[in-house]
Amino acid sequence: MSKKEWPLWEIFIRGQHGLNHRHVGSLHAPDAEMAINHARDVYTRRKEGVSIWVVPSVQITASSPSEKGPLFDPAESKTYRHPTFFDIPEEVGKM
Amino acid sequence: MYAQLIKSEGMKSREEMSQEEIAFQERVDRGEKIEPKEWMPEGYRKTLIRQIGQHAHSEIVGQLPEGNWITRAPTLERKAILLAKVQDEAGHGLYLYSAAETLGVSRDELLEKLHSGEMKYSSIFNYPTLNWADMGAVGWLVDGAAIMNQVPLQRTSYGPYSRAMIRICKEESFHQRQGYAVMMKMAFGTPEQKEMAQDALNRFWFPALMMFGPSDKDSVHSAQSMAWKIKINTNDELRQKFVNETVPQAEYLGLTIPDENLVWNEEKQGYDFSEPDWSEFFEVIKGNGPCNRERLGARVKAWTDGAWFRDGLSAYAEKAAARRAAIVAAE
Repeated sequence: MSKKEWPLWEIFIRGQHGLNHRHVGSLHAPDAEMAINHARDVYTRRKEGVSIWVVPSVQITASSPSEKGPLFDPAESKTYRHPTFFDIPEEVGKM
Repeated sequence: MYAQLIKSEGMKSREEMSQEEIAFQERVDRGEKIEPKEWMPEGYRKTLIRQIGQHAHSEIVGQLPEGNWITRAPTLERKAILLAKVQDEAGHGLYLYSAAETLGVSRDELLEKLHSGEMKYSSIFNYPTLNWADMGAVGWLVDGAAIMNQVPLQRTSYGPYSRAMIRICKEESFHQRQGYAVMMKMAFGTPEQKEMAQDALNRFWFPALMMFGPSDKDSVHSAQSMAWKIKINTNDELRQKFVNETVPQAEYLGLTIPDENLVWNEEKQGYDFSEPDWSEFFEVIKGNGPCNRERLGARVKAWTDGAWFRDGLSAYAEKAAARRAAIVAAE
């Protein structure tokens, strides 16, 4: 019987040059180097990426679902942050 | 359809639900995705662990019947393709174990439950793959049946499960098509090859129908799972859809579905067909199928024999981390 479980890693893949790394899932690996090797096999078998980041899952601090209101609701009433809030007369042309 | 007979917690009427449970059900009804840290009923969590876990186990055990033929594939190209397919199954298992782990169970715990027989995997993988034509039948019928179930599950209410299913479905279509391509080669080959293809269809037809689980009238746990959107269609709906799609594919191959009662029913716009032998299904689930012992034995052996290797990598990682820490401390 194995002594301990390999730690969990969160995997981020850059799909194409010029794009952000995006979270694609997680996997178990003994260390960062092996996590990259495993991520290559698990998440990029069909040329899904050009770069991989691996982060120990325990290192991720997440906002709690119960904070959703205080964190995100204030943005709801601020529609003036969007360009479509302002009516610009047609004569002005493209803006 | 890699999850069968998933026991779900009893269905509650709205009057019996707590405020939290009502709010949860309303979110599911609105089509919102439930994410790992959010509140969920204990029954939802437990049922999902059972279902996703069984699904993951099926992917992993499902490698065995096909792995059996990798070294004996008829050409190098066929071998490379089969190898890629079997590797995909490992990947699918990993996506699903990861999804299950977000519910508070570890992968090693799930594997232990598989090895002890407490958790099951799909009945289909307890049938033997006797010759190369079976690689065609498995891809065509078994992966075909799996797709029937997995496509709707992309819309399941649990976020991580849904995302795993989306990824899996993208890859699964390759599996079914490569199986059908093997069948075409055999069915349009020599009379002996065609006979092998027919024989494989004969052996896999009813076990494939069993993959969808017992008939709706005997499927006791469906209602709650459907309310929670962790089951989207009933077993019989999916089985009917599978038969409707598969029969013309068999006709194209010039093969005969091994069911005398199979006939087109104009009224229901679908085929009538014979039910599989459900007593056989329950025997296989209980552990008395042709290959149950061999399959589980192979999994346990792989896990046990690999322990030294997993431990070795852990030891190396610990030593390397200690060395790095010492260097940092010395600076």
